[in-house]
Amino acid sequence: MNAIEELKNKMFLAANVQKNTKQQITAFEIKNLKLWYASHQALFDVSIDIPANQVTSIIGPSGCGKSTFLRALNRMHEVTEGARMDGSVKLFGEDLYAKNVDAAYVRRRVGMVFQKSNPFPSLSISENVLVGLRLNGISDIKTLKQRLEESLRLAALWDEVKDILDRPGISLSGGQQQRLCIARALAVQPDVLLMDEPCSSLDPIATMRIEDLIQTLKEKISIVIVTHNMQQASRCSDKTAFFYLGRLIEYSDTRTIFTNPMNPQTEAYVSGRFG
Amino acid sequence: MNSTSQNFQQGLNTKRIYSTRSFKNGLVTAILGLATLLVLSPLVSMLIFLIKEGASSLNWDFITQLPKPTGEVGGGMANAIIGSLVLLSLASLIGVPLGILGGIYLAEYGTRKFVIWVRFAADILNGVPSIVWGMVVYAVFVIPFKTFSAYAGGIALGLIMIPLIMRTTDEVLILVPQGYREAGYALGLSRWRIIFSIILRTARKGILTGVLVAIARVSGETAPLLFTALGNVSWSHDLAQPIAALPLQIYTYAISPYEDLHHQAWAGALVLMFLVLSINIIARYISRRKAYN
Repeated sequence: MNAIEELKNKMFLAANVQKNTKQQITAFEIKNLKLWYASHQALFDVSIDIPANQVTSIIGPSGCGKSTFLRALNRMHEVTEGARMDGSVKLFGEDLYAKNVDAAYVRRRVGMVFQKSNPFPSLSISENVLVGLRLNGISDIKTLKQRLEESLRLAALWDEVKDILDRPGISLSGGQQQRLCIARALAVQPDVLLMDEPCSSLDPIATMRIEDLIQTLKEKISIVIVTHNMQQASRCSDKTAFFYLGRLIEYSDTRTIFTNPMNPQTEAYVSGRFG
Repeated sequence: MNSTSQNFQQGLNTKRIYSTRSFKNGLVTAILGLATLLVLSPLVSMLIFLIKEGASSLNWDFITQLPKPTGEVGGGMANAIIGSLVLLSLASLIGVPLGILGGIYLAEYGTRKFVIWVRFAADILNGVPSIVWGMVVYAVFVIPFKTFSAYAGGIALGLIMIPLIMRTTDEVLILVPQGYREAGYALGLSRWRIIFSIILRTARKGILTGVLVAIARVSGETAPLLFTALGNVSWSHDLAQPIAALPLQIYTYAISPYEDLHHQAWAGALVLMFLVLSINIIARYISRRKAYN
């Protein structure tokens, strides 16, 4: 009897382990996130788990709080005067808002790419990529060289710029500049990359290159992307969250959101009836 | 023919429209050209006049010799040239770092309410007549130490530079797009790192222009030096002693009754102008090296 019980237990455990390995590892665990700009509340009680090594896209009409949500993930909102938050954001179990956690440390682990590509105008291509490392105190030439090539390759830019590394970063085309910014963010080796409408000012071909890039990047890091473009969300993300008026309306697999949404508001938005 | 098709017909009359447009274009271009000419003509005529009057007395002696005692012909302003350079260096030592740091505070650190008042104060200080600065330094520096000195002159000129540089730095930094600061934060850099390593580098050219304008402005100041550096007919080997300066020398010679000294004053003005010009060119050259945009 005892032996049978034990065997049952073992089998249960084994099944459980199998289930766990199949299950996604969670990158961000966000609970009751609220955010205010002065007296205006921009986010209401957002709770969401964002999986690691996947692409999660955030969609919703303008002003729905999607960029604000993204900024709360690496504490960028703290740069804005009068912004304050409540709730908890954990990255791989570590509370990003704990008292002893430095915002700069959070941002090194959670990189960000912006809507408008912003390579530093006074720096060359290579300096732009390495600026995060250099200014964080890494000066070993070998490491820097290695990281430069690695980051530019990851950002699918190496072949285009390997002979012009000393040219100013802003001499590149719009799409190249945005990939340069991705390389710059990757150089500090973050665990997560946040992208705030990274393609909204790019032409379709440059957009396609960045979307391809996102697919290869997700093997290495987790990606959260805010986008206005629903085709983009359906093309390149595994999970999609729909925000409306500062609230998370629906969060599910991308396919479910676009083909069989639960919430009528989500359906209205993804089918283009409003927003 | 109804009115819509009439309008359409007129719209097709492109020849007439383009001729009025090109006339307007030509008129505005002419007005702008005239305005440029008006601004440039006093500058150019001043330069020509300066060269005409000063070049005859400008020779090797003038930039290597000390002034001759009154009544004797010849001599130069070597001590005043060096004196001016010394005073400008001292002034820059005080004015440039304090001005730039103050500008950084205004643009990057200050709280809104306080900054408004500091900007207001700086703007008022920029309007203070330079002789007042001279008197202030005379009262708080020359009298207690009981001597006119190069230090006092440098301080007076440096104080004039501070609000000038502070406001230009402030304005140039505000023009640097917020996106660059955010990009810095997103890389996990600290605020001072972002400001000193990225934002200042981006705004470098504008700040340099502000500094050069301030140096040019004080290099011609005479009034504040009357009470502070005083002037010196010979070399000064001690910064705690009175020192000669080009504007002082020009002033002294210009009000003298001798024709020869008048010419020397013109030559001094010419040298002063070339001094400022060379400082400009050298500074621009240095900042151009290994710099983008």
